[in-house]
Amino acid sequence: MIPELGQFALIIALCLSLVQAFFPLAGAWTGNRTWVRLAWPAVSGQTVFVLLSFGCLVWSFIQNDFSVLYVASNSNSALPFIYRISATWGAHEGSMLLWILILAAWSISVAALSKNLPELFAARVLGVLGLISFGFLLFTLETSNPFARLIPAALDGRDLNPLLQDPGLAIHPPMLYVGYVGFAVAFAFAIAAMLEGKMDTAWARWARPWTTVAWCFLTLGIALGSWWAYYELGWGGWWFWDPVENASFMPWLAGTALIHSLAVTEKRGLFKSWTLLLAITAFSLSLLGTFLVRSGVLVSVHAFATDPERGRFILAFLVTVIGSALGLYAWRAPLLKSEEGFGKVSRETFLLANNILLVIAMLVVLLGTLFPLFMDAIGGGKYSVGPQYFAAVFVIPTLPMVLLMGLGMHSIWRRDNVSRIVKRLRVPMLIAVVLGITLPWMIYGTPSIMTVVAIIAALWVIGSSVFGPVMGLLDKTQKVRITRSQWGMIVAHIGVGIFILGVTVTEAYSVHRDQALRLGDSVDVSGYTVTFESINKKVSGPNYKATQATMAVSRDGKSLMTLYPEKRTYLVQRNPMTEAGIDARLHRDLYLALGDELGDNAWSVRFQYKPLVRFIWLGCIIMALGGLIAVSDKRYRVAVTKTVKDSGQAALAGGKS
Amino acid sequence: MTARQQRMLIVILVLIGVGIATTFGLRAFQENLLYYYSPSAVQAGEAPVGRKFRVGGLVVPGTVKRTDGEIDVSFDLTDNAAMVTVEFAGILPDLFREGQGIIAHGKLNQQGVFVAEEVLAKHDENYMPPEVAESLKQTHAGGPSK
Repeated sequence: MIPELGQFALIIALCLSLVQAFFPLAGAWTGNRTWVRLAWPAVSGQTVFVLLSFGCLVWSFIQNDFSVLYVASNSNSALPFIYRISATWGAHEGSMLLWILILAAWSISVAALSKNLPELFAARVLGVLGLISFGFLLFTLETSNPFARLIPAALDGRDLNPLLQDPGLAIHPPMLYVGYVGFAVAFAFAIAAMLEGKMDTAWARWARPWTTVAWCFLTLGIALGSWWAYYELGWGGWWFWDPVENASFMPWLAGTALIHSLAVTEKRGLFKSWTLLLAITAFSLSLLGTFLVRSGVLVSVHAFATDPERGRFILAFLVTVIGSALGLYAWRAPLLKSEEGFGKVSRETFLLANNILLVIAMLVVLLGTLFPLFMDAIGGGKYSVGPQYFAAVFVIPTLPMVLLMGLGMHSIWRRDNVSRIVKRLRVPMLIAVVLGITLPWMIYGTPSIMTVVAIIAALWVIGSSVFGPVMGLLDKTQKVRITRSQWGMIVAHIGVGIFILGVTVTEAYSVHRDQALRLGDSVDVSGYTVTFESINKKVSGPNYKATQATMAVSRDGKSLMTLYPEKRTYLVQRNPMTEAGIDARLHRDLYLALGDELGDNAWSVRFQYKPLVRFIWLGCIIMALGGLIAVSDKRYRVAVTKTVKDSGQAALAGGKS
Repeated sequence: MTARQQRMLIVILVLIGVGIATTFGLRAFQENLLYYYSPSAVQAGEAPVGRKFRVGGLVVPGTVKRTDGEIDVSFDLTDNAAMVTVEFAGILPDLFREGQGIIAHGKLNQQGVFVAEEVLAKHDENYMPPEVAESLKQTHAGGPSK
């Protein structure tokens, strides 16, 4: 019964999404207020039914209802409770339902917090979100119904892929989707602005917090994925330039450009059509990501299930969405001209440079990701693009971007000059150069030129970020108030610096060794001595058996810790899985992974010493934190009360404010 | 220098910078393009010697060989028409197993042995790399294998 209820709820949600799409848009077009007012009930109704449907699927997993095909394929009665819940989005059908649920959550948040938006504008935004929701609901019901029955029911399920039985991966997809889908809100705002033919500073002020929150979640989602790949895929890499990673990274790059361009649109009323184009791009890349992951055109860790029918549907959807959005853009964007200009050197120029470089970086990733697909599609042969391409070329646009970042932060709007900024920032510049050259030498040993440059860049970003607050502290006479918004920017940029520091030091100074190790033997890695003490082949977990090695780590004869890398075999899918033994510290990770039994009491073992690898994820967390601080700025809330006042009691409030 | 000349100089410098960056980028792109060859294509001598490429196929049962206690391993890959021997010094992926479809990245040496830098097996026991699936299909149909 429950699965049928879930499917039925999904069908009702589909109908309501049509209501949500048609009436507000048509009402706003014809000026029919009654139709416009249908937006709120339609959104709420849709959210309730999507939530009900999602709840039914979770319930089927909790109850181990193996008469549901999706449950039977992705769960098992021995699966721990928490993973039975996360298995709901462990494969294609459920993750589509999760996507829809998150879209509903964003839509109802927009509806609930849009009381200060002009009624017609809010109606258009919700209408566009309704259209997107309709597309995804139709896709799910047509090609990927999670409630399809399995007759006769399976006795037990085929289990969740062991790789996904992990707390990091339980929350990685929801985080990522909140970010991905959040760009739908920015997209809907852009479409609504074009439909109205009006886009002012107030528009940017509404669109900004939504976009920034989506960006924060995407940042955290990508970081979580990277962290998971690092410890769970077992081999200690933190980023593989895998097409599916790229699929989440491209919207991030476009989204980062978008939040910067929105700043210019809000503060100066410039870059309007560029902002619109970025909003369209960011969401299109999110859709492209879905297409790449779910259509099966990619060879990837994530492409578990593949189905050409789905690929065709998403491709058609993608073409419709991007095509109509760009069509609308070509028609309406010329209406949204910016009147003012700006000086050759000014904050606007720096943000423009930031945008151009971010877009180039995005195109670099896009080229490497889509080229093999393109060649395959035209019958040009089967290529793949090696990660070295991305690693080498990605630096070309991002290094100048990072160097310009410090200057940009301290530039002023309209007109500025380089020598003023450089003069002001002499101290952090000098500190970055001196420390950038000496520190790696003193701590880690001879660096390459690229390493020195990258560390200088990282220190420069951090230094120029903290420069403002530090000067404020030192110089009591100057009353400089730093707004929440500025704090957000400062914190996020410090995050970027920490991230770059982590990436550079990890890539430059990691020690990596694969070798055969006999029981009782030791090996020296980066000053640590690792002794293979014993092996236990009879460890058993709730739904797996494991072989566990005991490895003692010591330094200068002093025993430090014992690590227990494992090789697990899950009982249902029989897949072996490597669980690395990791000693994580802020300044370095020691990483041991157990390979194969080689005979003669020897095992292949991977040793890794990874300095500052934690900074990579820490940097991402700080970036996201910066975004959240920026969103908490008063003016986004002040705007609320002000608009309310404007509409009625402007005269009354006049005396107070 | 007049303002106009100064502007020209900046434009020229930017153009040179963009030109160098593009050249470098495209070269890196070309160098890192990995072409896929099936075992049949390798045996027919179509694959280059000393240049990195990818080869894929099924691991032939009984060919996985190693000396006791050593990390080096060798095995044969087949597309059911031809075989190529792969040598690898490293840890094989968890899902590496006889009969499984895998892909290796590396170079062919003078002896016609493929020296792998990386061996990939995907994270699903039923998964078959599409390249491998296609070469198997073509072998089966008796068509040209590539």
